[in-house]
Amino acid sequence: MKKVLMGNHAVSYGARLARVEVIAAYPITPQTQIVEELSELCANGELDAKFIKVESEHSAMASCMGSSAAGARAFTATSSQGLALMHELLHFASGSRLPIVLANVNRAMGPGWNIWTEQTDSLAQRDTGWLQFYCENNQEVLDTVIQSFKIAEQLALPVMMVLDAFILSHTYEIVDVPERELIDKFLPPYMPEFKMDVDDPHAFGALVTPDNYYEIRYKMQKSMEKAPQIVTQTGVEYGEIVGRSYDVLETYFCDDAELVLVAAGTLVSNSRAVVQEYRSKGIKLGLLKIRMFRPFPTEQVRKILLHIPKIAVIDRNISFGASGIFFQELKAALYGRDGVSEARIFGFIIGLGGRDVRLQDIAEIVDYALEEEKPKEDIIWMGLKR
Amino acid sequence: MIEIRIHGRGGQGAVIASKLLAMAFFKEGKFVQSFPTFGVERRGAPVAAFVRIDDKQILVRSQIYEPDHIIVLDPTLIDAVDVTQGLKPGGWILINSTQKPEEFGNLKKFKVSVVDASDIAARHRLGSKSHPIVNTAILGAFAKITGLVKIDSVLAAVGEEVPVHPEENMKASKEAYESVVV
Repeated sequence: MKKVLMGNHAVSYGARLARVEVIAAYPITPQTQIVEELSELCANGELDAKFIKVESEHSAMASCMGSSAAGARAFTATSSQGLALMHELLHFASGSRLPIVLANVNRAMGPGWNIWTEQTDSLAQRDTGWLQFYCENNQEVLDTVIQSFKIAEQLALPVMMVLDAFILSHTYEIVDVPERELIDKFLPPYMPEFKMDVDDPHAFGALVTPDNYYEIRYKMQKSMEKAPQIVTQTGVEYGEIVGRSYDVLETYFCDDAELVLVAAGTLVSNSRAVVQEYRSKGIKLGLLKIRMFRPFPTEQVRKILLHIPKIAVIDRNISFGASGIFFQELKAALYGRDGVSEARIFGFIIGLGGRDVRLQDIAEIVDYALEEEKPKEDIIWMGLKR
Repeated sequence: MIEIRIHGRGGQGAVIASKLLAMAFFKEGKFVQSFPTFGVERRGAPVAAFVRIDDKQILVRSQIYEPDHIIVLDPTLIDAVDVTQGLKPGGWILINSTQKPEEFGNLKKFKVSVVDASDIAARHRLGSKSHPIVNTAILGAFAKITGLVKIDSVLAAVGEEVPVHPEENMKASKEAYESVVV
């Protein structure tokens, strides 16, 4: 049924359809409405789940871990400083191979204190062993929450799904909420291979010596390497049942493109509008949407971009002392064992701390990359007041 | 695409008005997007909310800078903020006010329309006498003056979405629809 929903409630509805069993969360702007709605659904009996109020995000993740280890489908949501406070336990959750799903509303890190959108909070968690998905619109938000559980449970790895602060979290748009029966068909109840069970006691999280730790890490990496195939397959299955398919990435007019924009989150939506405009003028512009950032879809990206002459990566984030993070990852992906891309790769940074990104800003990026033979700087700062 | 900006003060219901208006257009098969000013809002401080309407999927994800129409929930905002900023020529300014349109001398360049939404809301006991909730009333007036959306769609959106006194809110919308002065 089609509804007009804000992004935060699209997350809540997704979690409800996924029949989450435990929600443990701490409020933080701009995420609060996600758990506010879930708390209400638990209170009025529409969702049969245990809602655990906690005193911090660290405890939220700890509660999710405990309940997931006991075999429950566990969910939490946070943002920015809250995600940073969870950092230790993000490692713990993935190391414990617990398929927890976390919704993170992308918000800039303080200080300077800022509640607006930026990707640095989630990208800073890229090495914690969580899968990461970035959403373009509220429909994708709802659909991704549901798929995240199926992906996480198949891989025994946690999943973080990400939406932009305000631009999605507080924006209302049309979302088709699938019928419950369809989602029940798509997502069966969680049946863990191992779980805490008083009738069948085991030890969890014991000391692992150098004799075995190395192999445990190897296995985590092997599961990550399996992820792209699982994500693609899950996206296809979702399409067959619900009618909307998803993949690790999406190409838009890339085939004959002279320049391809690479973006994630709502920057994709703006870029899509700009690609339409340039294509209508006969300019060969394409767009690559990175939906899954972790594991980075290296092989798929290489296949699409290896023969593209120019690439412009648009980052709403910064790794200080390096560059935009998607820019780094993309460059690494294009320098591989089966050949090296000869593309000119431009790295743009834009919209930090929620600075508004308009269509003309994306157009300016396109014009720069079309005009210049190569980038004039390692980082091209868009809209910077100098 | 049609873009609308709603001016109000924190607590007056500008954000809900933007959502209700989006829902009314959605009921007519349009693609819609509505959002508040991104930030921290205080009761009584000037706020704005926005609506986009189109026949195709809306891809643009920026703020609205050049609205087609403006709705002003609180007449004191006319002197406090530049409510016409970026307004496209030929666009409507709909003001909740007891004054006549021609009394807004500094808005002469634009099409001005007024409705006494505060009085309508107060008579239907929406909010309090000193702080009436005028958002549902003014949407009825918007439907009338612009002709962009049917009053029945506005009434349906109000009836479904307003959590308290839906009947009274619908009556207020209808009354404003009938009494708005162009």
